[in-house]
Amino acid sequence: MEENTVCMKKQMMDTENKPVMPGSASLSRLGADTLLVRLAGSWRMGISLPGAKDVLVRAGDISGIRRAVFDSSEIVSWDSSLATFLAAFFRECERRHIQAEPEGLPSGVQRLLQLAAAFGRRMDAKRPEPGGSFFALAGERSIDFSRSFLDLLEFIGSATLSLARLARGRARFRLSELVHVLQQSGPNALPIIFLISALVGVILAFVGAVQLKMFEAQVYIADVVGIAMAREMGPMMTAIIMMGRTGASFAAHLGTMETNEEIDAFRTWGIDPMEFLVLPRMVALVVMMPLLTIYADLIGILGGALVGVGMFDLSLPQYLDQTRAALTLTQFGIGLSKSIVFGMIIAISGCFYGMRCGRSASAVGEATTRSVVAGIVFIVVADGVFAVITNALWI
Amino acid sequence: MNREREHPISVHDVTVSYDGTAVLSGIGFCVKQGEIFVVMGGSGSGKSTLMKAMVGLLQPARGRVLYGGTSFWEADPDVRRRILRRIGVLYQRGALWSSMTLAENVALPLEEFTGLRPGEIRDLVSFKLSLVGLSGFENSYPSEISGGMMKRAALARAMALDPEILFFDEPSAGLDPVSARLLDELILELRENLHTTIVVITHDLESIFSIADTSIFLDSADRTMIAWGNPRVLLEQSEDPRVRRFLTRGRLSGAPEG
Repeated sequence: MEENTVCMKKQMMDTENKPVMPGSASLSRLGADTLLVRLAGSWRMGISLPGAKDVLVRAGDISGIRRAVFDSSEIVSWDSSLATFLAAFFRECERRHIQAEPEGLPSGVQRLLQLAAAFGRRMDAKRPEPGGSFFALAGERSIDFSRSFLDLLEFIGSATLSLARLARGRARFRLSELVHVLQQSGPNALPIIFLISALVGVILAFVGAVQLKMFEAQVYIADVVGIAMAREMGPMMTAIIMMGRTGASFAAHLGTMETNEEIDAFRTWGIDPMEFLVLPRMVALVVMMPLLTIYADLIGILGGALVGVGMFDLSLPQYLDQTRAALTLTQFGIGLSKSIVFGMIIAISGCFYGMRCGRSASAVGEATTRSVVAGIVFIVVADGVFAVITNALWI
Repeated sequence: MNREREHPISVHDVTVSYDGTAVLSGIGFCVKQGEIFVVMGGSGSGKSTLMKAMVGLLQPARGRVLYGGTSFWEADPDVRRRILRRIGVLYQRGALWSSMTLAENVALPLEEFTGLRPGEIRDLVSFKLSLVGLSGFENSYPSEISGGMMKRAALARAMALDPEILFFDEPSAGLDPVSARLLDELILELRENLHTTIVVITHDLESIFSIADTSIFLDSADRTMIAWGNPRVLLEQSEDPRVRRFLTRGRLSGAPEG
């Protein structure tokens, strides 16, 4: 009888500082076609244990073997590392067409192995492995992108339809919801808009003043600040603040409602969430954005005045007169039309990502982030489109 | 066809798919007037999906859902809305509108769909809330009450318009055994006193045996229904090992499910 033993050389110490014999598996032939696997020692996690494949490889020539039987009488203790070893060992045996007979194993281990085998590997387990080739990935991303773009178009379409129903007096939503959103997106936003607009006015004044001082033309600071605020920075900064503040809160609120099945609850009453939730938010922002923009313009101009009067020897009446002369109604008009468009963008982007939020806990956070990023991108793109249009129209 | 008209709900050969993959197929059954009908099955067997297809949230890829003989998904939007108004749904987590008080939650459908005066609505709301043992909580917000109370408030809302059919999605999920049994009793009382037809989606064996008149069993591997009948009869007579295993599991292990 030839014997081939794989043993761990290192002696381990257990917690009570007694030497522990690490688990070992020795293979010996038992007759012509039978392999005896003798298991001994402590099969515990943390002790270095033999690998199933190693044991079989080191056993040398095992040709002609058809059965494997076990002797576990010398096992001192075991945990799931023994079961793991055996599961792997069984797989190796199967590959080599050896019938492994578990009868000689501790009964607990036998039951564990049965349990693991009972469930098997679900072939319908979802989600294929991530990765794949670059092209496959690019393709999947493109399909995802085009799908969400179509969803967005559909959303904008049904938002437009519900606006049309509102115009015909057939849309229904709760007035209290509208008032609540108006309050949230209007008066509550004043302090932060004050701060940002005043600072933007100050910054514009400084940037302009440095150049204008070279020509002793400081008085034109008022022109720079006034026009830049009314046309560009007023609507743009207000929109960005409102996207981060109100748009994000729309996404988070509707996302939480979606996660909570609250939106489903509207649908099963036959209440259109588009009318009930999205419409008041769109209306509120379309009403509030121009008002907030006018407020931002004024505060920005005052910020500019602070610099002009305080540091560049202009008088306040002189500064304000100069501003009034420079600003035309057209400049204001362009700013206000932008603010209405931005208001729509904020409401749609916040509500769209909120409503298509998934059902998991992390989905709300993702929806909020996406809505803010997409909203700001769309706001800047829309501003660019405005610049092209106004340029083409010579205004 | 005449027989169908008698049934409040009948489902014909419904297949539901997500992204082109069928998650349920070959579903067909009918629910009789005043019956408590239970859809049972393990997790992931498509119970909630089936409910979604029945209450108008998810259009089936194939098949028909009929309410009193009218096919829901083939009807005009107006007809659909009328059907939906005859249905009340109690969602798994209650799905109370979190920005409104309990009274506002119950009042909303009344304000939307009836021409009642505010005073009448207020009285109706307090009556419905008292039916589920929540009088005094009119002005609480959903976040201020316990899970069991939330479900009862949601039930009050689902009953706001005196629906002919009530759907319950996993009523005992997330509840302690006592609250879960109380809810079961409430379901029985509703049927007894209001003759409401009730469809319950659940895997809670104790609920199934205490409330169900008829049930169907959805199997997660086959993705279809493999049994239809009274659960006690199924327990005694079904020869399908999957159904028997499901219905006896709680008893064999000695621990009732909760």
